[in-house]
Amino acid sequence: MKDPVDVLIIGAGASGAAVAWSLAETKMHILCLEQGGWMNPAEYPSTGRDWEAKFYGEWSSSPNVRGRPEDYPINDDNSPIKVVNYNAVGGSTVMYTAHWPRLHPSDFKVKTLDGVADDWPIDYDALTPFFEENDRMMGTSGLSGDPLSPLTHPPMPQQPLGLSGAIIGKAMNKLGWHWWPSDTTVATMDYDGRARCINLGHCTPACAQGAKSSTDITYWPHAVRAGVELRTHCRVREITTDENGMAAGVVYYDKDGVEQFQPAHVVIIACNGVGTPRLLLNSKSDRFPDGLANSSGLVGRNLMFHPYAQIYGYVKEPTDSNRAPPTCLWSKQWYDTDLSRGFVRGYGVQFVRGAGPVFEAVVSEQKGILPWGADHHRVFRKLNGHRLGFSAICEDLPEEHNQVTLDPVLKDSHGIPAPKINYTISENSRKMMDHALARGREILETAGATDICINSPIPWGGWHLLGTARMGTDPKRSVVNEWGRTHDVKNLFIVDGSIFVTSGGVNPTSTIQALALYIADQMKQRLANLFD
Amino acid sequence: MSADNQLTRAQRDDLRTIAAMIVPASDEHKVPGADDPAIQADILATLGRDAKLVTAALDHLARLAGQPLAELDAARRDAVAQELRKQGGAAAATLVRVVLQCYYRDDRVLRSLGLELRAPFPNGYVLPDGDWSLLDPVKARSGTLRRAP
Repeated sequence: MKDPVDVLIIGAGASGAAVAWSLAETKMHILCLEQGGWMNPAEYPSTGRDWEAKFYGEWSSSPNVRGRPEDYPINDDNSPIKVVNYNAVGGSTVMYTAHWPRLHPSDFKVKTLDGVADDWPIDYDALTPFFEENDRMMGTSGLSGDPLSPLTHPPMPQQPLGLSGAIIGKAMNKLGWHWWPSDTTVATMDYDGRARCINLGHCTPACAQGAKSSTDITYWPHAVRAGVELRTHCRVREITTDENGMAAGVVYYDKDGVEQFQPAHVVIIACNGVGTPRLLLNSKSDRFPDGLANSSGLVGRNLMFHPYAQIYGYVKEPTDSNRAPPTCLWSKQWYDTDLSRGFVRGYGVQFVRGAGPVFEAVVSEQKGILPWGADHHRVFRKLNGHRLGFSAICEDLPEEHNQVTLDPVLKDSHGIPAPKINYTISENSRKMMDHALARGREILETAGATDICINSPIPWGGWHLLGTARMGTDPKRSVVNEWGRTHDVKNLFIVDGSIFVTSGGVNPTSTIQALALYIADQMKQRLANLFD
Repeated sequence: MSADNQLTRAQRDDLRTIAAMIVPASDEHKVPGADDPAIQADILATLGRDAKLVTAALDHLARLAGQPLAELDAARRDAVAQELRKQGGAAAATLVRVVLQCYYRDDRVLRSLGLELRAPFPNGYVLPDGDWSLLDPVKARSGTLRRAP
């Protein structure tokens, strides 16, 4: 039997890395088990001539398409939005766009302000120091002073406006609408051992330059140097409990596929809004017959995705195409509730600079705007290098029927039941998406764009996995308390996006990590009576 | 078994024929068609995980055509191709995608488009900083963040 560790963290992604680094100063024995391995930037797509093709195969954002041994399958047949993620040290920060907005203060009080969903048990101010700390650790770039966003202090200047940004900015100015350079986790200067961005363009499926921050190159090197043990290729099957109903440790499969038991005094789950409920539901016992920490029945429920309404078109001027980070600007013009629009809550916008030639050809052929035959070449030259995009990130409100359960048949390579998604887009979200598409069309037409195309929702757009083990003060209406400890098991914590109460209308990674740092801080302050 | 051998000769013939229908050669742009031997060789060598769906698409195509695609008259060939694209689902989409992804990485094609013949890394690209005075109207308009209680 292995010696027990003080703290066992499951998952080495965005939140697992942050909580590990923060707790390292306690000098406790901290172990993180990660089902994937360390990444090798020399193998990243942008190092090869076939960089675009790889996105359709081993570098797909979908684990079902990718099918690496580190991935687990997900049955998302009953969802118009498919789950995308990445499994490795760094988790899905290896494969994300690096767009870095924070939830707004109003996002924590939606019940009070708008009479829908629930308020969070904490407010924005509680997270402020951790947002700042996280921005320093991840290394953000941006321009402080956006009047419609929370105040940030990015340590690096914003990305260049580029060709696409200027076209978008001019159109937004004509319409009198808000826009601002996005905060991003793309380094615009050399920073903490990372090289500055050189515009490889293919940011989402990993950055060979190391300019895009992912936790394998930000938090983890610091955490490992501080003494945290990170064990890779270890897939946790279940969390076990002792006779007192406390977490005793985890059963996992090591890199050789051998079943192991690792005892621990504290267990922290950091597996995202799909992986976390899957693990809890797989951790059934006589004492917890409906899954661990599930006395509320809410484990897996209230899944929120952020339906993306995307619209794009083609302008006469050249755009940045694939020669720049894909996102550069945001707008918060429609972020707050205005009931005259016909829906409650709102959406953030991220503008997209363009696409590479293979992606352009494949997608345009599928959309029917790029013909076969003799006219193919003329049309392709009109489209390629001229694309501008608008994506609205619509706030998804929690609904209990949107749910992660266990698939009765599908299993991963270790025989562990896979997650199954049941999800529908609400009427409120549909109205929001339609509103966003209409605004996006106005912007694109003002910019002179033609051949306008729509993806609503973006089908492979389930990046943001939120709400499936929600935070709250009432054990009957929530899974974890206001500092991340499960109501049912006093030495079990959750720090990932599953604890979100509502989703806001922005990319959530910044807020997920701020929450993880906040929970780590709460744990450190309560070490003497952590289990009371 | 090499990817080359995953397709029968008849399937490879049909692949070449339909690739030329998707992207024919152009004297105007000085580019080969997607039936060019080098592009076809690239497709066959890199089919990999797409081989199953591409094979399914070519089987579907063979059923629709009833004979080698190249032997049909032009009108019938077009009708078969349209039917495949309309009814072929994920398999047909994959077939078209593998043709396009190999075509648009061919040196001659990239050169014709004015693109550099290299991977993005390690040289990257230069991005103009742009005119940030465009942001002045937004700063002047200001605005307020919604307050939370």
